[in-house]
Amino acid sequence: MTKLETVIQPAKFDAVKDALIEIGVEGMTVTEVRGHGRQKGHTEFYRGREYTVDLLPKVKIEMVLPDHIVDRAVQAITSAARTGKIGDGKIFLARVDEAIRIRNDDRGENAL
Amino acid sequence: MRLVRKLSPFLLTLVLCGTLVAQAASPAADTAVQGSQIAQLQQQVADAKGSADNAWMLMCSALVLLMTGPGLALFYGGLVRKKNVLATMMQSFAMMALVTVLWAIIGYSLCFGSGNSFIGGVEHAFLHGVGAAPDADYAATIPQQTFMIYQLMFAIITPALICGAFAERMKFSAMLLFMVLWSLVVYAPMAHMVWGKGGLLNASLGGRFPTLDFAGSTVVHITSGVSALICALFLGRRVGFPKEAMPPHSVVLSFIGACLLWVGWFGFNAGSALSSGSLATSAFVATHFAAATAAIGWAGAEWIRNGKPSVLGAISGSVAGLVAITPAAGFVAPVPALLIGLIAGVFCYVMVAMVKARLGYDDSLDAFGVHGAGGTIGALLTGVFATSLINPIFKDAQGHPLPSGMIDGNYRQIGNQFVGVLIAITLAAVGTYIILQIVNFALGLRVSTEDEVQGLDVTQHGEEGYYWEASMP
Repeated sequence: MTKLETVIQPAKFDAVKDALIEIGVEGMTVTEVRGHGRQKGHTEFYRGREYTVDLLPKVKIEMVLPDHIVDRAVQAITSAARTGKIGDGKIFLARVDEAIRIRNDDRGENAL
Repeated sequence: MRLVRKLSPFLLTLVLCGTLVAQAASPAADTAVQGSQIAQLQQQVADAKGSADNAWMLMCSALVLLMTGPGLALFYGGLVRKKNVLATMMQSFAMMALVTVLWAIIGYSLCFGSGNSFIGGVEHAFLHGVGAAPDADYAATIPQQTFMIYQLMFAIITPALICGAFAERMKFSAMLLFMVLWSLVVYAPMAHMVWGKGGLLNASLGGRFPTLDFAGSTVVHITSGVSALICALFLGRRVGFPKEAMPPHSVVLSFIGACLLWVGWFGFNAGSALSSGSLATSAFVATHFAAATAAIGWAGAEWIRNGKPSVLGAISGSVAGLVAITPAAGFVAPVPALLIGLIAGVFCYVMVAMVKARLGYDDSLDAFGVHGAGGTIGALLTGVFATSLINPIFKDAQGHPLPSGMIDGNYRQIGNQFVGVLIAITLAAVGTYIILQIVNFALGLRVSTEDEVQGLDVTQHGEEGYYWEASMP
């Protein structure tokens, strides 16, 4: 099992979600987050005082997937979320040792 | 029957003659009847005018209260950080309650009683003698009680304006004591000098330095603005200022507040005609025009300097314009009003965005930059643009109008305006400094650093403007 932690532009969320469902992803957890990578923020002025806003709104998607589907999921995300500009986001992959379904104690890939 | 018909012209003539003879017989009694009818009509006309004026002035009183709550409370409430929104709104609201009580006990009397050149007497303490009968020196057509309640609304908003300077760091208890003392020591003498009977600066009741101040730039905006600056300097900066970012938590709230201020200001300025005639119209028009050009001026200056016109800039500009036109409304024509607004919008932007940043004091919500600076520029420009065509306030012995401002040829008026401004600045600065010393000694002015970091809503009032669990299902 692999955990995919994906941070994308909020405007691309619907396209990414549809692409993931299309390849058979059954569950995901989504949060609205703020952050930045190499992308620069922007400046705001309130009564002449300048404020630098470098934490920009992003959407984070967390999924744990069976290994056989991971490559296709990465493909789906990158092609749906890419604009080619700085700030498109990132995907982080990590091994997951165990998964447990709270309802009935299913374990491993059965629990996904 | 035929006989009657033949005789009818004759009979008619006879009756008419009889009537004439009867009228001629009692000329004295008849004049008396006509006289009393005329007197009755005159009374009815006066009553009708009184009713019209009274209806308008009660309406204006309500409009001026609308400026404090919700107007100013929302305007200031949106500009602070989330953790201080309620405490900031409460400061304005507290004035609505506190100053009202003070006004009934002694405030009104100290402002508008006879007294001397500097302060009113105590004859109206506990509103003694303030009833349905008008006080002809102030407003001959409305009950003195209407005049009293209208002036109260000014006494409420003036100290509330100062709250912008010490926002997010002053103890609630210290703020209350400060405001009680300030209302008595700074506001009452200034209001008496400019508007009270025998006041030193009163233009319509024969003051020594007749200052033109239609709706209160010296009394309201310069006093509150200068006092705000003294408060900001005395209390010091907020914890974290200027390193930490402290942007407004909701420009949306401020936007609603500023729009309510604009509307309420019609009561403030047009109501200062104290009657519902054409002078009120003139003040209404000037007020609106200045707010419009000042919004353009401030937002335009931002557009040039930062590349974008901001919403906060536009609404701050309109407030600056309303401040600057306050002394001039009722003395100036519409086109000069456009000019006064534009100058005030740009000038206050420079004061807030450039001068304040250079000097480094933390006038948190720019009470000085908008009200102190805008009030001063407005008071001086009133001396330039006031014209007797709009309001013949100065008259010679025969009652002919004399020139008002510089454009009428009365260059001396600029000097009189300067005297009014200087007295307001001095009284506000000295009075506020002494009061701050007293309150600091008695209660301490600032909350502790921990309380300031946690926010005044929780530490001063035990509640939150945005209770976080409220968003849970």
